Amino acid sequence: MIAIEEAGAERRTAPGTAVGRIALSARGVRKSFSGRAGKSVHAVDDVSLEVRRGEIYGLLGANGSGKSTLIRVFSTLLEADAGDVRVFGLDVRADERAVQRLINRVSVEASFFKKLSAMENLVYAGRLYGVAAAEVRDRARGILKRLGVAEDRLHEPLEKLSRGMQQKVAIARAFLTSPMLLLLDEPTTGLDIRSKREVQTFVRDLREQHDATIVLTTHDLDEAERLSDRIGVIHSGRLVAEGSAEELKERHGARDLEEAFMSLTGRRLEEADKGDDEARP
Amino acid sequence: MIELRAQGGLAYAFVERQVALMRRYWLWELVWVIYSITTSLSVAYIGLAQPIITGTETDAATTSRFVLYLLVGTIAWRFLGIVFEDIAELIAWERWEGTIEHTFMAPVPRITQLLGMAVGTIVRASVISVAVLFAVMLFIPVDLSKANAVSAFALLGVGTLAFIGLGIASACFPLMWTEKGLQMAYIVQAVVLLVSGVYYPTTVLPGALQAISVISPATYVIEGMRRALIDGADIGSLWPLAWPALLIGLVSIPLGLRLFLAAEHHAKRTGRLKRSG
Ligand SMILES: Nc1ncnc2c1ncn2[C@@H]1O[C@H](COP(=O)(O)OP(=O)(O)O)[C@@H](O)[C@H]1O
Ligand SMILES: [Mg+2]
Repeated sequence: MIAIEEAGAERRTAPGTAVGRIALSARGVRKSFSGRAGKSVHAVDDVSLEVRRGEIYGLLGANGSGKSTLIRVFSTLLEADAGDVRVFGLDVRADERAVQRLINRVSVEASFFKKLSAMENLVYAGRLYGVAAAEVRDRARGILKRLGVAEDRLHEPLEKLSRGMQQKVAIARAFLTSPMLLLLDEPTTGLDIRSKREVQTFVRDLREQHDATIVLTTHDLDEAERLSDRIGVIHSGRLVAEGSAEELKERHGARDLEEAFMSLTGRRLEEADKGDDEARP
Repeated sequence: MIELRAQGGLAYAFVERQVALMRRYWLWELVWVIYSITTSLSVAYIGLAQPIITGTETDAATTSRFVLYLLVGTIAWRFLGIVFEDIAELIAWERWEGTIEHTFMAPVPRITQLLGMAVGTIVRASVISVAVLFAVMLFIPVDLSKANAVSAFALLGVGTLAFIGLGIASACFPLMWTEKGLQMAYIVQAVVLLVSGVYYPTTVLPGALQAISVISPATYVIEGMRRALIDGADIGSLWPLAWPALLIGLVSIPLGLRLFLAAEHHAKRTGRLKRSG
């Protein structure tokens, strides 16, 4: 399944160097937006991090803390004001196209042609990455079956599927292109408990079976702990702590991740979310 | 060679997408076809009614010529307008569908995407225009006995190139101004309609507008198509009209592409790619 990418990775990364083992490195990334009334918002403020190949890295932060902005910078959709971002050693700006071939991203909101069917959307997406239609159909059936999406739903207009199913199709779409680095921006936000669990299990299996490197953002403490090998806590655009869930708890003498988050940011995650709701577009 | 095939495969994604969208939005396409037919018919009836409106005796040949004059304008304009709109709306459309970030982070060179979209829109414009043509022929007697179809199509082809270029350039507006960009693109289209002599010779326009008409490719294309379809002019004799339109196409496509890439860059720096407000 990952034959294409493997060839690609060897070709595009410097062989025999540490670079091959670092999937993503960000150094001093900054991004601000000019908001209303000329006030500028520092969405990402001097973030540096490294994600190793095969790792699941969770970015944990409240709404508006800068998670999506950071993911967009990683996926060539936003240009950072400062800093350096490399994907398998390739610069996201200088080697934009090569980076795009190695990554894929799932966003919070389902980004599909609403009237096209799941299959039509997937075939289109596959073609954009040079995957033939027949192969897409074949693989998509397999992946979606595993995610519990019935075959006959694949030909209905996508807008008729539930939010949970749409999100599963979105994950299948990203996975179809065999990305070396998969960026999941709040993949389970807004899903019911059951879909949430299914998606979480799938993410874990992905890593175990396919040597995929995953960066996921979440504002769900339980999800961060359940899925991530390492967690980066992001608060007001700054990366305030990094480590495994265990390490974070230990460092702050906390009983659970929630307490650790509290002592790092001075707020509970739920409160922080509510407080930032209005700031959201 | 392999690279070319790969790019062709990527471009095909956009053609296939266009066809799939037409099928799924078929009801809207039908509305659009009916709207186009009724507009073209209304314009043609002005020609047929001309003797009554002006109260002058007009022989059948003159009336028929007038009707054809109007019909060429309305149908060619429909075709070119669809090409322009589909391309100029590309950002706004994908923002509305919510797919813009997905499309723009894919490893597809922008020129390949635009090429695919251009082919897709030509398919769509052809389907709609042919439907209009047939419908109009059912209602209105059209004398095409002298028509030179080859040179008419050649001019339409040249015009299509130029409108693709204009469309690409106008697609920059929504990247630069998320709220009013699309409106600006429509204004461009409206001005082009006014100055290009779609329904009248440009010589009736005031001087300032005539000056603008010189840079509109439609001015040359529609006039040339009339000469081909009404008087049977061959390509050689239409060259004086073909080359300015060709030149506009050859300049506007690379220029439009440059502008588009710059606008995309700007959007990625300011966070405007997706934002619609
Ligand atoms: N394209 C944009 N234009 C202007 N402001 C933005 C844009 N994207 C994000 N922001 C602002 O940047 C901050 C961080 O947002 P975001 O990265 O979406 O946070 P999160 O994903 O953690 O909820 C917020 O204040 C948000 O309003
Ligand atoms: Mg977000």
